[in-house]
Amino acid sequence: MSVPVLSAQNIGKSYGSGANRFDALKGVSVDIRAGESVAIVGKSGSGKSTLMHLLALLDDPDSGTLLVEGTDAKKLKGKEVNRLRNQDFGFVFQQFFLTANATVLDNVVLPLKIAGVPPRERKARGMAALEQLELADKARNTAINLSGGQKQRAVIARALVNNPKVIFADEPTGNLDTATGAVVEDILFALNKDKGITLIIVTHDIELAARCDRQIFIRDGLEDTTESGTPNKRHPGAHAGAHA
Amino acid sequence: MKFIDIVKTAIANSFRSKLRTGLTVIAIFIGAFTLTITSGIGTGVTSYIDTQVSAIGAADVLTVSKAADSTSSTTDGPAAYDPSKATTVSLGNGSRPGTTIQALTAKDLTKIAKTTGILNVDPSVRVTPDYIEYDGKGKFEIIVNATATLTTADLAAGAQLDNSSTTDQILLPTTYLKNLGFASAKAAIGQTVSIGITDYAGVQQEVKATVIGVQNETILGVGAGLNQPLTDRLHTIEVTGAPAGATDSYATATANFDIKSTPAEITAIKDDLAKQGFASQTVADTIGSFQTVINVIIGVLNAFAVIALIAAGFGIINTLLMSVQERTREIGLMKAMGMNGGRVYTLFSTEAVFIGFLGSALGALAAVGVGSLVSNILADGVFSALPGLQVVQFAPSSIAIIIGVVMLIAFLAGTLPARAAARQNPIDALRYE
Ligand SMILES: Nc1ncnc2c1ncn2[C@@H]1O[C@H](COP(=O)(O)OP(=O)(O)O)[C@@H](O)[C@H]1O
Ligand SMILES: [Mg+2]
Repeated sequence: MSVPVLSAQNIGKSYGSGANRFDALKGVSVDIRAGESVAIVGKSGSGKSTLMHLLALLDDPDSGTLLVEGTDAKKLKGKEVNRLRNQDFGFVFQQFFLTANATVLDNVVLPLKIAGVPPRERKARGMAALEQLELADKARNTAINLSGGQKQRAVIARALVNNPKVIFADEPTGNLDTATGAVVEDILFALNKDKGITLIIVTHDIELAARCDRQIFIRDGLEDTTESGTPNKRHPGAHAGAHA
Repeated sequence: MKFIDIVKTAIANSFRSKLRTGLTVIAIFIGAFTLTITSGIGTGVTSYIDTQVSAIGAADVLTVSKAADSTSSTTDGPAAYDPSKATTVSLGNGSRPGTTIQALTAKDLTKIAKTTGILNVDPSVRVTPDYIEYDGKGKFEIIVNATATLTTADLAAGAQLDNSSTTDQILLPTTYLKNLGFASAKAAIGQTVSIGITDYAGVQQEVKATVIGVQNETILGVGAGLNQPLTDRLHTIEVTGAPAGATDSYATATANFDIKSTPAEITAIKDDLAKQGFASQTVADTIGSFQTVINVIIGVLNAFAVIALIAAGFGIINTLLMSVQERTREIGLMKAMGMNGGRVYTLFSTEAVFIGFLGSALGALAAVGVGSLVSNILADGVFSALPGLQVVQFAPSSIAIIIGVVMLIAFLAGTLPARAAARQNPIDALRYE
């Protein structure tokens, strides 16, 4: 078997110190393989986002080891971490984090701008990503004038524009109505299937989780092994029932 | 992120909250405006003085006088009277009437002449004629410009005084023309005027002189200039009938040294003279003390402008700290997308520098506009008697320096907020609701 893209070994994270110290993650081990779709599922406050941030190298674990394609993340230089965040990872969040009064295109090409791609190429690649999400006609609109679904599609276009290997999505449908949410889900899974982009979705929505190849259940900062990694992913009903 | 993109983004960001940026820009504007105006006045006055000084061609001349007695300092009280010391109060030898100063005697002149570096020495002779008259059109008081033979006049018409000429020449200021009855400066050239002067015995005599030139009045010497032969002739009349010994002492003497002397050599000559009990000043020294006063005034004005700029610097800090706060999410997002802290830092300090540039460039521009306008109005009005004086003048280099310094202050003010931005944790941004 090939080396996992990301491998967390017994990672833990706590916030605050002294009496206020709170162990958000108490030792979780996860392997993410290239091309798979993984759901991180759990109740609000269980530590899902914390785990995702650690996997995405946005934060450092207090204990345990994180391997990126077999290399210890602690040994990576700042420059390399920035390159990974910029080139290999794409992010989709529940709050859209679009710059309100900038155009949709400007928002989408931000990762390219950070990477130092020249303006002409930025525009071409930004438009290509927007076309893929059927937003090309909105490229010149300011981000604030988009509907919720359009905003999330713009965010996905931004996550895609650098052709990432992994897309991290934290509650991507949390702010959307069911129908729009379903469209966004379809887009994400299509990217996973057609382009082989690894998908890591944080959600408390059991149905969305069930669409992924694999689920990791988190409860109070620990993996709930009684439910995680079920091979019966084609039968989501069983899990939905267990958590209903 | 490419530097050009950082600059573009920083500029766009500074325009995002227009009111806040605008107020900060106004604060900087005031400081830069004041600084530009004061520096403009400095340049204007200095350049005026410089033209006046360059008119004084005598770079190789020392004005020598007896040094004030070192014992008569404020703490020791006046020195005891010494009858052996020559004093001079009379007219005709360069002293001001009514003052008692140590006079230079013939012996002193020999001593000065023997000093190393001194080529020759001449006693300064000051004459006080009673009146000037042209063509019987009325007598007018005349003031003699004592430094006229040392200076190169700023001519309105005619030629410079010629000391080696055998004719008696006079250089009239433009202000004399109308009263004396000349239609224009040109019309006066070559005309003969009469000068009245009283001798030691109280008898008034008249001397004829030719108008060689007409000069614009300068701040350093007001009045008519006389060439050496005319001065000598008038002096001879003034001392006619004086008792022996009353005329061979002088308040000051002019000593010539090698024009090629270095400042160090000039200092050596002055030190040497000082040791022998003579005070000496070059023309540059005299002008220098005048310029020092102006520089002090300008310095004080500049200090106020700098204080205004420092206050504006705090405005920049405040503006940017608010921006950093407001843009927490955005900074976090950029960092999550792989932007390094250094670039975030550069982004915010560029914004600070841009705000500084905007304020200082606008301030300098407004100052140039207002300054030039006021200067022109004054030149035609209050200062019309001083032709060539543009009170406010702008040197491109000093404007560039002002803008540069303000941008530096802005950069320094920006470091604090920029550091706060660079240290933002992407996670905080992502959790920011
Ligand atoms: N910066 C922080 N400081 C203190 N506590 C935090 C911080 N971030 C998260 N937590 C706490 O850690 C726990 C896990 O948070 P999170 O990973 O966001 O949960 P989830 O995404 O599953 O809702 C929560 O109880 C949360 O309050
Ligand atoms: Mg969360």
